[in-house]
Amino acid sequence: MSDIQGMIYDLQKGQEKYDFRNKQAAKSMVIPGLNESIIREISESKREPQWMLEQRINAFKIYETWHEPNFGVDLSDVDLSKIVTYIHPRYKKATSWDDVPLEIKDTFEKLGIPQAERMALSGVGAQYDSEVVYHNIKTELESQGIIFLDTESAVRNYPDLVKKYFMKAFSPSNHRYSALNNAIWSGGTFLYIPPNVDVKLPLQAYFRMNNEGMGQFEHSIIIADEGSRLHFVEGCSAPYYNAINFHAGMVEIFVKKGARVKYSTIQNWSKNTYNLNSKRAIVDQDGVMEWVTGSMGSHKSMTYPTSILRGKGAKNETIAVSFAGPNQHLDTGSKVFMFAPYTSSTVDSRSISLGGGWSFYRGWLKVDERAKGAKATVRCNALMLDNESRSDTIPLIEVFTDDADVGHEAKVGRISDEQIFYLMSRGMSEKEAKSIIVRGFIEPFAKELPLEYAIELNRLLNLEVESTIG
Amino acid sequence: MSKILEIFDLRASIKEDGREILKGINLSISEGETHAVMGPNGSGKSTLANVIMGNPKYEITNGEILFMGRSIKELSTDERAKLGLFMSFQMPEEIDGVKMRQFIINSYRNVKTEDEITVLKLSSRISDYAKDLTLSDEFLQRYTNVGFSGGEKKKGEILQMGILSPRLAILDEIDSGLDIDALKVVAQSITKIKNEKTAVLLITHYQRILNYVIPDFVHVYIDGQIVTTSGASLAKEIEEKGYNFVKAGDAHE
Repeated sequence: MSDIQGMIYDLQKGQEKYDFRNKQAAKSMVIPGLNESIIREISESKREPQWMLEQRINAFKIYETWHEPNFGVDLSDVDLSKIVTYIHPRYKKATSWDDVPLEIKDTFEKLGIPQAERMALSGVGAQYDSEVVYHNIKTELESQGIIFLDTESAVRNYPDLVKKYFMKAFSPSNHRYSALNNAIWSGGTFLYIPPNVDVKLPLQAYFRMNNEGMGQFEHSIIIADEGSRLHFVEGCSAPYYNAINFHAGMVEIFVKKGARVKYSTIQNWSKNTYNLNSKRAIVDQDGVMEWVTGSMGSHKSMTYPTSILRGKGAKNETIAVSFAGPNQHLDTGSKVFMFAPYTSSTVDSRSISLGGGWSFYRGWLKVDERAKGAKATVRCNALMLDNESRSDTIPLIEVFTDDADVGHEAKVGRISDEQIFYLMSRGMSEKEAKSIIVRGFIEPFAKELPLEYAIELNRLLNLEVESTIG
Repeated sequence: MSKILEIFDLRASIKEDGREILKGINLSISEGETHAVMGPNGSGKSTLANVIMGNPKYEITNGEILFMGRSIKELSTDERAKLGLFMSFQMPEEIDGVKMRQFIINSYRNVKTEDEITVLKLSSRISDYAKDLTLSDEFLQRYTNVGFSGGEKKKGEILQMGILSPRLAILDEIDSGLDIDALKVVAQSITKIKNEKTAVLLITHYQRILNYVIPDFVHVYIDGQIVTTSGASLAKEIEEKGYNFVKAGDAHE
């Protein structure tokens, strides 16, 4: 692991190059009431081993020294005052169905989501007992030696395995929110796939939603051992409401030699949420990491799923779609670091902005001098549905070897009147015409999703487009 | 026979610059009839098709358009399509990410809202029709008009016409860019739909397609007006003598 820690250190030094926009006043954001003794209490209530407590406290110290990111979305109006209450071990989730905003209920209604699921999606208790439904799946997984747990349970039941990987793709000193997550994390998925096991069914975090569920500071770890295959699906396309409007989760993925991991996300946090998510995969020789990322929800987002290709022939494939509607600023993108020979990467990013929404693509591709014979392409496409919306693209590409094939393409488009007329001449209303163009635009993303997600996504997109166009 | 389309003294301009293109058109099409509108390039023949279909680029300044006895001037394009109007585009737009088959199914559902045909049946109808046009199933899997050749685009339009089976099909320069084999295949489909009582308005520069689709009426359109109307023989005469002879007023009435 020392090699990879070295690389992570490299990246940190490089970070400044990436963080080049919005020199906001770098204010320090103190979380009221957050201190070491609260962290000790959390750790104790989770019956954690000493090393985890030490990690948390160390990370908290780092957190206190970090300034806000000096790029991306404006975080000045984030209200962190509820965080401590929420993460406190004695805190009971007390959201009632009456507190859930009408627009969210309305969307559930339109999507036809069963009542039990609606409650769970709104954080109203944990009535949705997925255990029963997925019991068979669980037995099947266990028989293959797969470990699929919430991260707390994994820390207690498989301490050595967790210790080996926890905060090894990230370091608490990467940025302020990696430190914060490390210090106060709670919940998340721990998944270990033994060598050569091919998980045929897409595994969903949803399967274990009645445990810790999707928290504010969840920490997930996925280890795909040599030659294994996995498709993991995080989140759900139905809007996910939470009383605390701040989310800083973390996902660490380890793709071992010859393994293949596809990680699909549909992020649809309710529109009051700040979403600062950190996701990294470390890919060994001939391993393949696929990021399939859709960002629709939240008020403001910053998330850049990252692949560190450290083994010869390792590969990354990223398909990302972001959909920024009224009052949304989505600063999303992709980072790929190629440190070994014959590594390869494709990034296909598509963003849609409408109703005054702001999509910002921020990418960083680094081809190290060790990456002889590397191949990489970055494609960014933006679609703007009206004149009030905004779209920006900053695809940073750094290549430190002559022996690499790197391509880049960027396109910003609008829907033309002629296109609308064509579709309307085929019986579609103006709204339907725009919806179909948007659906077509994100087709490369949608076809990577399990069918039920793709269908729900389509319905949701129609709702979003139609409600915005009016 | 009942009237499908009636146009009275229709004038229309380009919204953006106010330039008048249609300068008093009169036209009457009955059920099952085929009309050809011929005219020199750049005379605004396509504008006529676009105005009938309701392209918001144009503004009607005078006159009336009746479709099956009802004024459609105030209707949006999709409402006109639902009534049974179809227009094939000279340059059909690309709809990236939407497969041709899905696109046609989607159009069908929008136009024929009352038909409850299953997707499976509709889909096999599309495949059969495509086959008649020498288009493969692979073609139907491609994204709508994306990377299509000129001929494929035109055949794709005809395929849509065939499936949507409108009351009136306006075919705007459907013959341009087609080689002779493709032209014959397209003409066969037009003849077929004609026999099914669909009225056809063929807008063309060349007489060539009229060898295969015999029109009931040929209208010569010059500078925003229909200057003369006659039977199929007029097309041949234009081919031989050019549009100038019509302009000179020699045409047979």
